[in-house]
Amino acid sequence: MEYTLKDTPALETQTLEVSLGPQHPSTHGVFRMNVTLDGETILKLKPVMGYLHRNHEKLAENMSWLGSMPYTDRLDYICSMTNNFAYALAVEKLAGLQVPERAQYIRVIMAELTRLVNHTLLIGFLLNDLGAFFTPVLYAFREREKILDLFEAVAGSRMMCNYFRFGGVKVDVTSDFIPRVRQIINKYPKFLDEFEKLLSENEILMARCQNVGVLPKELAINAGISGPMLRASGVPYDVRKVDGYSIYNRFKFRVPIGEKGDVYDRYYIRILEMRESINILDQAIKEIPDGEFITKEGGVGARSPRNFKPPKGEAYGRIEAPKGELGFYLVSDGTMKPYRYHVRAPSFINLTVLEDMCLGQKVADAIIILGSIDIVLGEVDR
Amino acid sequence: MGTATNISQIDEGLRSELQKKGIFVSSLEDLYNWGRRSSIWPLQFGLACCAIEMIATACARYDIDRFGAGLFRPSPRQADLMIVAGTVTKKMAPQVVRLYNQMAEPKYCITMGACSISGGPFKDGYNVLKGIDRYIPVDVHLPGCPPRPEALLHGLMKLQQKIDSQEIEKTAWYQKGLKREFPVPEFGPNGLNPPYNPEVFTPEQHREITVG
Repeated sequence: MEYTLKDTPALETQTLEVSLGPQHPSTHGVFRMNVTLDGETILKLKPVMGYLHRNHEKLAENMSWLGSMPYTDRLDYICSMTNNFAYALAVEKLAGLQVPERAQYIRVIMAELTRLVNHTLLIGFLLNDLGAFFTPVLYAFREREKILDLFEAVAGSRMMCNYFRFGGVKVDVTSDFIPRVRQIINKYPKFLDEFEKLLSENEILMARCQNVGVLPKELAINAGISGPMLRASGVPYDVRKVDGYSIYNRFKFRVPIGEKGDVYDRYYIRILEMRESINILDQAIKEIPDGEFITKEGGVGARSPRNFKPPKGEAYGRIEAPKGELGFYLVSDGTMKPYRYHVRAPSFINLTVLEDMCLGQKVADAIIILGSIDIVLGEVDR
Repeated sequence: MGTATNISQIDEGLRSELQKKGIFVSSLEDLYNWGRRSSIWPLQFGLACCAIEMIATACARYDIDRFGAGLFRPSPRQADLMIVAGTVTKKMAPQVVRLYNQMAEPKYCITMGACSISGGPFKDGYNVLKGIDRYIPVDVHLPGCPPRPEALLHGLMKLQQKIDSQEIEKTAWYQKGLKREFPVPEFGPNGLNPPYNPEVFTPEQHREITVG
C-alpha cells in the first residue's frame, strides 16, 4: 500500500515564539524581532526598538546650532558625511546662507565617497547574513579603509568626520586630495567587477535572494519607503534628481531601478548605484574650481557658534543619503538653540515594511531581508 | 611583563645556556597565562558606532587575529572577553549585565569608547547609562569616540599584561566556591533599579567647598 501524507493523522503542532535579538550576530545592532513561527515559516513579526535610543533630538534642542553637528555623525555612523550634509543644508535654508562653488563640489565628492563606503559595507554584511561568513566583509573593509584614509587626511577623523559647516566646509581639502580620489575612481570599478564576478551570478546567492522578501511597488510608495529600497521596487525616485539640491543637477547620472523588488534586486541596485557614484565623482573632480571653501559669514559663524542665530522660521532640508531620504526638520525661534529638531531617518521608515516582507517566508530569510533593508540602529532609534 | 616569583629564581645565565641546548625553562604559571592570553575569544556583540571600528579591527588591515583574539563568538558561553562597544542605554543595560553573567570564568571586560565609560557625548540624555562599570567590573577602559582600531589593539595588549600578572594560586576565579553573579538591574519607568551595584561601583563623593 502506498503511503501518503493524507493517511497520517493530523499532527498536533504548536506555534513557536522566538525573540531574535537584541544580542544576535545578524541583527545589525541592538534590534529585536519577536517572531511567531509555524515550523520555520513566519506567521507574525514584531520589531522591538529603542535599545539604542540616545536622545539625539532632545539633546540637540539644548545646544547651539553647530553643536549638534558632531551628533549627526553618530546618527548613521557608517555615513557621517551625508548626515552632516543634510543638517548643513537644512540650517543653510533656514539662515539663508550661500555656499561657495568649491565647497559645493567638495560636499558632493564627500557624499558620493560615503555612498561607496555604505553600499560596499552593506553588501559585505548581507553576504555575512547569507552564510558567507566574514570573507566578503574582509573585501568590503579593505576598500572602506582606502576611503577612510581620505576622510582622515581631510577631516581629521576616520569615522566621525564632523566636516561640514554652515556655508561651506571646515577646512579646504589637502593638495593631494584630488589625485587620491582619482586613484580610487580608477581602482573601484575593478574591485566592483571582482565582487560581481564572485557574487552576482553566484548560484547560491541567486537561489537565496531571488523572489525572497518581495516589496510591491504600491506598498513601497504607501509606506513612504525611500532610497535604494524604493528604487529596487521599480520607482524611479531619487532626491538628487527630484530636488537637485546642492549642485547635483549639473552632473549626468542614471537612476537604476529594479524590477521585482526582491532581495536580489536590492543587492544589485547597490552595485549599480556605486557605478553611478563613480561616474559623478569622475565629473566632480574634473570640474572642481579653485576658490574659498567657506563663505565669510559662514566662517564667522563657525568660529563663534553661540552667536549664530538664524531668523525665526522653519526649514526642511533633505538629501539622498545612501539609505534613503534623510531629512532634518528644524524650527527656529531666533535664539542660539533650535526650538524643534526632528530627523526623518530613512532606515527607521524603511524598517516599517519588515513584517510585510517577511510574512510567509522562512526564518532564515528574515535575516537577509533585514540585511537588505540596510538599517543602522543609531538612526533607527536615534 | 609580569613574571611570577619562581621563574625569577632561576639564574638568567643558566636559562640562556639551557635555551641554547634547546631546553626551554618556564614556570607553569607563565605557560598557563601565555596560553590564556594568546587565545582570548571576544563576544561578538556590538552596541553602536564603536562596533564598526571593532569589526574594522578584526579585518585585514588591523587584524586582531595577530593577538589571538580574532575568533568572535556569538554565544557568551564560549567567550572570554566582552568588548562593550558603544552606548549602553538604560533599556540595553540589563541585557549587557545578563550576557556578562552568562560568560564562563575567567572573564574580562573592555569598555570601548567614551559612551560605555561614562555616557560620553550622550551623557546628558535621559536614556543613557553613565558607564557600564556601574554594574559589572571593567578591566580596561578605552577612551575615544570612537577609539581607533590601534587603540583597541592597545587595550587588548593591556588586558594581556593583566592576564600575565595573574597568579593561579591567588586569582579569585580559580579558588573553590567562587560565585560571581552580578545582579541584573530592572528597567522600569524610573530608569534602572538599582542605579548602581555597590559591590563594584562607588559613586563619586562631592567634596564640600568652603569659601573664606
